[in-house]
Amino acid sequence: MKKISFILNGEKRNAYVEPNDLLVDVLREKLGMHSIKYACGRGDCGACTILLNGKGVRSCIILAIEADGQEILTVEGLSKDKLTSLQESFIDHGSFQCGFCASGMIMSATELLDKNPNPTEEEVKEGLSGNLCRCTGYTPIIDAVLDAKKRDVDKK
Amino acid sequence: MAIVHEFEYFKPERIEDVIKLLSEYKGKARLLAGGTDLVVRIKDELESPAAVIDIKGIEELKKLEFREGKLHIGALVTFTDLIDSDIVKKQFPLFWESSKTIASPGIRNRATLAGNICSGVPSLDSGPALLVYEADIIVRGAEGERVIPALNWFLGPRRTALKEEEFVREIVFSLPAKNHGGSYIKLGRYKGEDLAQVGLGILALEGNEYRLAFCAVGPVPSRAKKIEALLNGKPLTDSLLETAKRLVSEEISPITDVRATKEYRVHVAKIMLERGIRAAVERIDGNGPAYGERLI
Ligand code: FES
Ligand code: FES
Repeated sequence: MKKISFILNGEKRNAYVEPNDLLVDVLREKLGMHSIKYACGRGDCGACTILLNGKGVRSCIILAIEADGQEILTVEGLSKDKLTSLQESFIDHGSFQCGFCASGMIMSATELLDKNPNPTEEEVKEGLSGNLCRCTGYTPIIDAVLDAKKRDVDKK
Repeated sequence: MAIVHEFEYFKPERIEDVIKLLSEYKGKARLLAGGTDLVVRIKDELESPAAVIDIKGIEELKKLEFREGKLHIGALVTFTDLIDSDIVKKQFPLFWESSKTIASPGIRNRATLAGNICSGVPSLDSGPALLVYEADIIVRGAEGERVIPALNWFLGPRRTALKEEEFVREIVFSLPAKNHGGSYIKLGRYKGEDLAQVGLGILALEGNEYRLAFCAVGPVPSRAKKIEALLNGKPLTDSLLETAKRLVSEEISPITDVRATKEYRVHVAKIMLERGIRAAVERIDGNGPAYGERLI
């Protein structure tokens, strides 16, 4: 076992891990970050997406030990005080059915909007590619992301 | 699914320590950069290294630099780094275009060019760019460095010229002496997260000079030498293109698999050749479709 420490949702956290422990398991099982979902386990579906140092990554194909000294953001950290405009927009557009893809979609969209606050529809599709949804047909998700940027402008 | 196989984990900060570990473990150690390939392979028990050497602690491998007409891409440079680089976009547009077709942002944020060429799968989208720009791969081992031209790198599916106790330090792209335009076309079943069924990279240099390379239609990505010989030195005409298309089936040897049949791949490869060449030639003078626009 090796002790690792990292910043999780703004707080310093420690964990004891084996070299072959996966980040998704440590975050979910040891640290209770249940927003992260686990499906394909091979980087293909995006359900386990988190932000690592601000970048969307698949936590199912990262070793927990690689997170030592890094900064991680999950949905729990996004909405600490209240929902973000993006999350509100997801609710208003009915962008979840079973909801299994939602955390990954929201993390990927958060990264996209950080990088490019004014994306076109094509850019939204590109930004969310690799995040699979078997329920919604994607349209309400794309609409929610496009609308989220408008909400932020309106708020200002 | 958790990982069953157990291994030691090291995160050295110096290249010398990587070399030491590699020789200590005698071929039983694997290097870890983005892990998008390695971690999946360990999970699937296709690889069971005794040690995993995480190189992300080595600062100098993160460098992406353009100096004296050469682009130096350190082993830790990710596809996102490449796509976000103005230099890559401006000076090596075909490479930029092909990098954008790789998987999805969540994978490109981790996956490195070095890792991509070390896994060396037949469908690797970076293969054609490496071959047409005639990049060099700089590898380090206990005896020092060697330069391996990309043209000699790919030996077979998942087999490369890298020896067991060596690792890739950087990849160097040289700017072609002449003005050029390029295109990379990837045939996938859908956009994002799909492997290529056919990939074709074309570099068109001023003065009717062409370099073409295919991926996913043979055991390794390779240059289309016969087509190049036909095209070189001749002005591009419709009939020349027709003759070139007839050579496609001699250049490639695709297989039928879950993604597509052999016949389909050959058929579409011809269409890609025509569109790719036209786009590459138009782009020499800044005309034609913008880089990144879909051509198929
Ligand atoms: S569970 Fe990680 S990408 Fe599917
Ligand atoms: S809402 Fe069910 S997978 Fe997306």
